[in-house]
Amino acid sequence: MPELNTSSLPDLIFSILFFFMMVTTMREVTLKVKFTIPQGTELEKLEHKSDVSFIYVGPPTDALRGQFGTGTRIQLNDRYADTREVMDFIAQERQGMTDQTKQVVSIKADVNTQMGVITDIKEVLRKSYALKLNYSASQRN
Amino acid sequence: MAKKKKKVPGLNGSSMADISFTLLIFFLITTSMDTDKGLVRRLPPPPENQEKNMVQINERNIFTVSIAASGKFVVCGDYAHPVENTPAELQRLREQAKDFIKGMPRPNSSEPPERSMVNVPGLGPTLCSDKHVISLQTDRGTPYSTYFAVQNELVAAYNELRDKESKERFGRPYASLNEDNQAAIREIYPQKISEAEPIDYSQKFAQ
Repeated sequence: MPELNTSSLPDLIFSILFFFMMVTTMREVTLKVKFTIPQGTELEKLEHKSDVSFIYVGPPTDALRGQFGTGTRIQLNDRYADTREVMDFIAQERQGMTDQTKQVVSIKADVNTQMGVITDIKEVLRKSYALKLNYSASQRN
Repeated sequence: MAKKKKKVPGLNGSSMADISFTLLIFFLITTSMDTDKGLVRRLPPPPENQEKNMVQINERNIFTVSIAASGKFVVCGDYAHPVENTPAELQRLREQAKDFIKGMPRPNSSEPPERSMVNVPGLGPTLCSDKHVISLQTDRGTPYSTYFAVQNELVAAYNELRDKESKERFGRPYASLNEDNQAAIREIYPQKISEAEPIDYSQKFAQ
């Protein structure tokens, strides 16, 4: 029985590899807040991931609850932050962007969050001229 | 000098597959294929630039939805009948909002919102719902889930109207139209959801 010719195997694997390298978006942050995003029907896809800045809102994760309590926290990058720090965060995110007018802020907030926190964030976003907002949600059928 | 040319040994490529496999597995694990979705909204620019174009809006053109800290909401100042966040009530809100945007009076009023003839590019003079405003008011304690559900219904109201209009005029759903036609439809039903600063509604609801 002739042996199977595997000389094209590396090429094959490389093509799959490149495919995954293209579609991959590395999760840059480790989540420190726990959230369940709301469900909606009129959702739009978030395109151009490089123009999107994420703001996470929710109570600390189970592991951090002992240390930080159960109050609602805002997470920017890898740490908890204050509402005032959102402005610096937006400015910082803008620096890496090619077209700053396309900046989109996606708020991933827990359904049980009180609107006061969200409104405060929105006020800061307005002041920093980050006017495109996206309330992250999952599709409901 | 040496006459016989030394043959360069071929690179052993047999481990190439293993290396690329390892990389492939790494990317397979780190990849997150889930596409992020969300409700897209646009914030108004900061107040200092807006003060000069602050105009008094006629009462009949405003459709208010106030959401209380309890998660109940009130449509058009009908504080006697706060509404729960249930699918049936949200559906009702959507219909009320649609009727209002289309130019019918608000639930507890007899005056319809103003509309005007606008020369829409590509469509000619058309009656547009350009004067109406949907005002969304929240309390600092309002749960995000209700706020999101209400926003979703309001956006759905606009989307359904635009889709209907598009089917009547072009025979196709709004999403499949080209840029110009979409802009024309948007001019007939411009999305005007205004969000006021959060107010403390607890007194109003206390009675």
